[in-house]
Amino acid sequence: MGEFNDAFIFGCSAIGAGLAVIAGIGPGVGQGIAAGYGANAVGRNPGAKGDITSTMLLGQAVAETTGLYGLLIAMLLLFVKPFT
Amino acid sequence: MQGILLAGDSAGNNVDFMIHGIFSYQLFGQQVWITTSHVCLLIVVCVLTIFFIVGGQVFKHASEIPTGFQNFLEIIVEFLDGMVDKTMGKKGKGFRNYIGMLFIFILFSNISGLLGLRPPTADYGVTLPLGIITFILIHVNEFRFNSVKDIWVDKCSPLPPWLPIWLPINLIGDFAVPISLSLRLFANVLSGTVMMALVYGLLNKVAYAWPAVLHAYFDIFSGAIQTYVFCMLTMTYISNAIGNKEEA
Repeated sequence: MGEFNDAFIFGCSAIGAGLAVIAGIGPGVGQGIAAGYGANAVGRNPGAKGDITSTMLLGQAVAETTGLYGLLIAMLLLFVKPFT
Repeated sequence: MQGILLAGDSAGNNVDFMIHGIFSYQLFGQQVWITTSHVCLLIVVCVLTIFFIVGGQVFKHASEIPTGFQNFLEIIVEFLDGMVDKTMGKKGKGFRNYIGMLFIFILFSNISGLLGLRPPTADYGVTLPLGIITFILIHVNEFRFNSVKDIWVDKCSPLPPWLPIWLPINLIGDFAVPISLSLRLFANVLSGTVMMALVYGLLNKVAYAWPAVLHAYFDIFSGAIQTYVFCMLTMTYISNAIGNKEEA
């Protein structure tokens, strides 16, 4: 990259990393909804608490993936520096 | 080299969560590095091997009424077998060993951050092979228990089998499985590692005792959840691939 100096590119990468972790909003909302319905289900049927909790955690961990992709992009931009 | 190893100085401060190369050698004209991940992986595997050998000896001289260490081992084995049975039912008999080994390995790798190692699962080179093993298991079992015609119908599934427009989309879905499995585990463990490195590196004047709470969350809770999720998804995918044939 001849035209821009490294500081400019690194600054833009940092802004991009900050934008990439906005992806965390989605999993936050999704996990909250899952936890809410989990609490609802435990309230209706306290006997099945173990099954409900494990199913909820499994679903939440799967929903977390998209946020983690955003985190990975941020990490790549900040530490691997693909554009410099 | 920097891009491959994720190595190098990060702005010259003492925040350190990178993989470091220890020494390099030439293999078929390529420069190959032995890194800290290899060392941590070796330590994990050695500890687990010793654990398994000791456990085998204990079970060789097992007593009718279990005591001490035998109790502990029986709890572990019963928990793992119960998990496989609950998820896969009758089909899971042959997968108990693999899933149990996978569970113990990933769990110990994740919580090895407590012992001062860099968790081996925070290296994509460790989690991608685990995902690929799952991928191979899924498709080998798919071909073992289903006829080729059934698989073709399944791959064209929303449309009739003489119109394979959905085939490429289903194939992409199949190939996304190992990538998403391995990236999920990798990114979770990596985020914990980075967070702990930031706490220790940037707050080292005030990081006394309270990071234990973060260790409990990032290493133990998150690590255990991700281990459970990886094993659970592996079992679900395999049992979906086998289908409803009661041959196993």
